[in-house]
Amino acid sequence: MGAKKDYDDIPGTFVFDADRGREGYQLNQFCISMRLQKNRDEFNAGEEAYLDRYHMTPAQRQAVLNRDWNGLLELGGNIYYTSKLAANDGINFQELAGIMTGMGNDAYREMMLAGGRAPEGNRYQHEWDEGEEN
Amino acid sequence: MAYISAGVGCSHVPAIGVAMDAGKTGEPYWEPCFDGFEKSREWMKNEKPDVIFLVYNDHCTAFDASCIPTFALGCAPEFHPADEGWGPRPVPVVKNHQKMASHIAQSLILDEFDITIMNEMEVDHGLTVPLSVMYGEHGVDDEWPALVIPLAVNVVQFPPPTGNRCYNLGKAVRRAIDSYEEDLKVVIFGTGGMSHQLQYKRAGLINPEWDKSFLDRLTSDPVGLSQMPHVEYLREAGSEGVEMVMWHVMRGALNDNVEEVHRHYHVPASNTAVGHIILENR
Ligand SMILES: [Fe+2]
Repeated sequence: MGAKKDYDDIPGTFVFDADRGREGYQLNQFCISMRLQKNRDEFNAGEEAYLDRYHMTPAQRQAVLNRDWNGLLELGGNIYYTSKLAANDGINFQELAGIMTGMGNDAYREMMLAGGRAPEGNRYQHEWDEGEEN
Repeated sequence: MAYISAGVGCSHVPAIGVAMDAGKTGEPYWEPCFDGFEKSREWMKNEKPDVIFLVYNDHCTAFDASCIPTFALGCAPEFHPADEGWGPRPVPVVKNHQKMASHIAQSLILDEFDITIMNEMEVDHGLTVPLSVMYGEHGVDDEWPALVIPLAVNVVQFPPPTGNRCYNLGKAVRRAIDSYEEDLKVVIFGTGGMSHQLQYKRAGLINPEWDKSFLDRLTSDPVGLSQMPHVEYLREAGSEGVEMVMWHVMRGALNDNVEEVHRHYHVPASNTAVGHIILENR
């Protein structure tokens, strides 16, 4: 393991650094292939066969098949890549955020219309941990 | 000789492009977002730049994970809008001033900025959305009113270049443009931001105080602003807010003394705080 990172204590956030990039490489390369219609057509015609082209871990592969959007990030995916898979499924960035936050589309959209998630209480992991105890 | 007259800072939210392409800009959700660009479009008509030097980031579109250049300068004759997963935007092909781009590439390298030269590249919403908001609707058969030299900055895989590096690159871009012989007026765009987080459980973070302070300091304290560490962007402006480092390239290319002639700030556009500023050299 490398040195402790000064961004590790930001809650609810994955910073896509070189460690995550290494772990998620095959997953992210699969996701970016969804950018092109020809690949989307092939994937949608048979997901398993298409995924055989990428040497993902079994967990990554399962997270793709399950559309486990948070799981994809936990396993080294980056949002700009996973959003290409979401777009294939007809899910836009805001709908994806509604899923990842567990809020659902309507509540998330309402939060954004009301000015978004405030930084207060959302800067440090310990603020989230303390919140859970209450 | 070529010269830089002004700088533009501008968000490049993809949903803004979608709203324009779908003709939704008059809807109540979008109206306040686009209202703030009316003055900008008037300003562009008067300013009439020959060339826009446009600093943006690619969002895993032209660049996949196999090759991640920190700074990549577009030197191709033209750049086609890319399919980002929902079809290419119906906007004009972006035309380069190829000779000037080559000159800037050479000048930057000799000025010790080891940039990557892109002789083929598609461009995504990071580049086309700022052109759309500043110029208004233009269809595929149209032309953008200016030539565009794109500079793509890696802000996807951490770490992006530091604010300090970006600011100093802006100074080198300025030296390159000032030494180009043709009489051309150049406006430089720094794009991205403002506060936003697109991913995981903290998605939706917006920090208007931080954003306002960033906009203020572009005029009052640009050098100090360029020294901000990455972790502050990530924590205060959201994981994707770190793309604000690109605005320092724009600011570094301007005079020390600038005048803010327009500002617009609106929340939300999808997940993001829209920020926009126009700075004229004084
Ligand atoms: Fe961006």
